[in-house]
Amino acid sequence: MTGSVLAAGAAADTPGADTVIEVRDLRMRYGDKEVLSGVDFTASAGEVVALLGPNGAGKSTTIEILEGFRLRSGGHVRVLGVDPASGDEHWRSRLGVVLQSWRDHGKWRVGELLRHLGSYYDEPWPVAELLDLVGLTASAGTVIARLSGGQRRRLDVAIGIVGRPDLLFLDEPTVGFDPEARRDFHDLIHRLTDVDSTAVLLTTHDLDEAEKLADRILILATGRIVASGSADELSRQVAGESEVRWSRDGERFVHSAADATGFVRDLFRQHGEAIGDLEVRRASLEETYMRLVRDAEGAR
Amino acid sequence: MSGRLIRIGVSRGLIEMRQTMTTPSDLIGYAFSPVLLVALLFLIRDEKVPGSDLSLGAYSLVSSMAMLLVIGSLLGMAQYLAMDREDGTLLRAKAVPNGMVGYLIGRIVLVAGTSVFTCAVALIPGAFLVDGLRFDVFTAVTLLWLAPLGLLALMPLGAVLGSFFESVRAAALLMMPTLTITGISGIFYPISALPGWLQGVGQTFPMYWLGLGLRSAFLSDEPGQLWRAVLVLSLWAVAGLVLAPGVLRRMARRESGSLVAARRERALARTI
Repeated sequence: MTGSVLAAGAAADTPGADTVIEVRDLRMRYGDKEVLSGVDFTASAGEVVALLGPNGAGKSTTIEILEGFRLRSGGHVRVLGVDPASGDEHWRSRLGVVLQSWRDHGKWRVGELLRHLGSYYDEPWPVAELLDLVGLTASAGTVIARLSGGQRRRLDVAIGIVGRPDLLFLDEPTVGFDPEARRDFHDLIHRLTDVDSTAVLLTTHDLDEAEKLADRILILATGRIVASGSADELSRQVAGESEVRWSRDGERFVHSAADATGFVRDLFRQHGEAIGDLEVRRASLEETYMRLVRDAEGAR
Repeated sequence: MSGRLIRIGVSRGLIEMRQTMTTPSDLIGYAFSPVLLVALLFLIRDEKVPGSDLSLGAYSLVSSMAMLLVIGSLLGMAQYLAMDREDGTLLRAKAVPNGMVGYLIGRIVLVAGTSVFTCAVALIPGAFLVDGLRFDVFTAVTLLWLAPLGLLALMPLGAVLGSFFESVRAAALLMMPTLTITGISGIFYPISALPGWLQGVGQTFPMYWLGLGLRSAFLSDEPGQLWRAVLVLSLWAVAGLVLAPGVLRRMARRESGSLVAARRERALARTI
């Protein structure tokens, strides 16, 4: 079953003209420990891709290699057509980077820092528009050290996009957020990908977040991509069985079926009008994910 | 390096200068040593340098600006670099196109500005307490070349040293060798009181020569060996400028998000 998901992913993994990330057989080892053992994927312009996996799966290592902050041990990597290990400042100006934790520039005011960092780019976002986009207009004059965790994170995103990047990296963007801040943040990312054709690569260990934000999810476990596809594709192709519930003559029934549609068709053919309360539930992404990660870790 | 980038860097330095000058705790930090120094001058205002008519207060006031410059620019630069790696400022600069250049120019402006400010806090009230300072064209001309040369000898060196420290606390350890060197650099007492070999050791460091240069600018009867000061300070400047770009580049290359996060964990673990 896993094989068919990889095959479906492979069709989308052929680099095209609008490919922004191209990774083939990416390997990374620290001493004797191999953290990435052959990662393959691509991402296209305007696409939101989530790199999902348990802690220690190599998500941050992967994103740092793509950002040009870490040298890989082996494999082929192109980001916006350039090898990140030798990316120049022009290449850098087309990327936006939001890292896991910043505490920098605590004495600066929000608007002041955005204006300053924008000045490194040729066509930065106007500060007022940017503040409006991330919902920080009221905090323009606030000293950064006094921002709340959620506000600080939105400022980080504003800084990440101030140069109108073609590709934005978000490393664990909502760690430590309360549910409301998390939802606001997700809205922000949606708005962002609506106004521009910015491609986004985000890492997360939060399944719900990957499902809400990403067009495509790559599941990274034990140093390789074990599955890729939309949330829907993943749960359809990997978990297989769906749960069908219905009632007939006041009695309730439950059945697990690989082909739920066919099963329901038969059901109606046999009993017609007598069927009520029909409910078909596909295996959740969470079940899919847990199973994939368990399989990968078991196979190691 | 483009003019635009220099402008960005300078404006960065000036913004941070304004921020630090309006932060009370920072101001106390800058003023602490000079105020202590002026208090000391008050105690020794009537004493003379042995074997001369020169007031010891005037001698110490002028020479100790060399110490303040070393603390302000060499240690200041080192501590900023350690701090900026710890809190992610440096990584942020790395994530921006040409950000490292802008960052460094900004830091040079800030460190030079705060060093000069610290000296002014000592010099202005100090000048009213001691006798025998001169302020003429020669003073101005000497300061105009000596201060930039001194900063050029100290700041790159501070940046190189700062690259080797993983935390602000570790960088603060540089204070100990600095104070030791102060003791053998003729800052509070003429170096001639020391054994010959120790004088030689003191004369290899920039602090002695900065002090000598400052004395020749402000004290009329201090025998000048200015060409030697120029020579030694220039050597330190060249050494620093040759070493700094490579060391800084190497340090910057190794910065990554997970490193900053790891340092943050350590810093938090210490405070708990």
